Amino acid sequence: MKELSLNILDIAQNSIHAEAGFVEILLTETAESLKLEIKDDGRGMSEEFLNRVTDPFSTTRTTRKVGMGLPLLKLAAEQTGGYMTITSRERALYPETHGTEVTAFFYKTHLDFTPLGDVISTVVSLVQGSPEVDFLYRHTMPGREVELDTRMLREVLGDVPLSSPDVLMWIRESLTEQYYGEAEQSE
Amino acid sequence: MKSLEELKAIRERMQNKVILREGSAEKRIVVGMATCGIAAGARPVLNTFVEEIANRGLTGSVEVSQTGCIGMCRFEPIVEVFEGDERVTYVLIDPAKAKEIVEKHIVGGKPIVEYTIGAAEK
Repeated sequence: MKELSLNILDIAQNSIHAEAGFVEILLTETAESLKLEIKDDGRGMSEEFLNRVTDPFSTTRTTRKVGMGLPLLKLAAEQTGGYMTITSRERALYPETHGTEVTAFFYKTHLDFTPLGDVISTVVSLVQGSPEVDFLYRHTMPGREVELDTRMLREVLGDVPLSSPDVLMWIRESLTEQYYGEAEQSE
Repeated sequence: MKSLEELKAIRERMQNKVILREGSAEKRIVVGMATCGIAAGARPVLNTFVEEIANRGLTGSVEVSQTGCIGMCRFEPIVEVFEGDERVTYVLIDPAKAKEIVEKHIVGGKPIVEYTIGAAEK
């Protein structure tokens, strides 16, 4: 992937396929590093599946939806000297606390660090594709924070879908404003 | 921070309109957004369709949605346009071609044959 934000879009789709109702995308950045966490309350994975989920060649047709996504993220993290971990609690065994957490750690100073890229378009694409799912996006940088919580938006919007064009534009402008100050269009 | 007042205004505006039910649109544009599609450039294609449909005021009659991998990864980004029982499959689409599809196919009613899978496989 050319941008980490594309890996984020891809991995968050796994959460949606796993029937998550709430997906958190958390980015924590320092001068040297970037930590990405994607947490969901979806159906989770069995221990057996979890053990082979980062092996692209173990994927069978019935499990194709996981496919190359995690191996690509793992590669992107490891090629900077970082790592990727996954923990998961299967719904059958953990009826209250099921879900999956993917954590990837990157050294930004490494030559092979893939830039974050257009993360705003990633958030807009996720909300557009799954307006019934709630997303918390939070990017913590030294001294500042960018955040979007669709639960708050939903409270104000009532039954107006989050995928309405005006709402998507509001989300894009809100994030653009938080990242760059005065609103300007991107992508 | 963008104000929640603006969101409230959106709600007021939208409540006066009939909210589109899923599946009720006349035309559907479906963009492949699996790993293969995303890696090949599907995200800006999707966003181009969403913006073009909104800007042309077609939100009520054209639905833009996302799908997974349909097994033809080398042709991604793949875009399918559904209208009634008809389906047109476009391959190797970029934002410029997406704009053209909206203009000529969605608005003009004429599929762009050279961007279809049939043309690509020749």
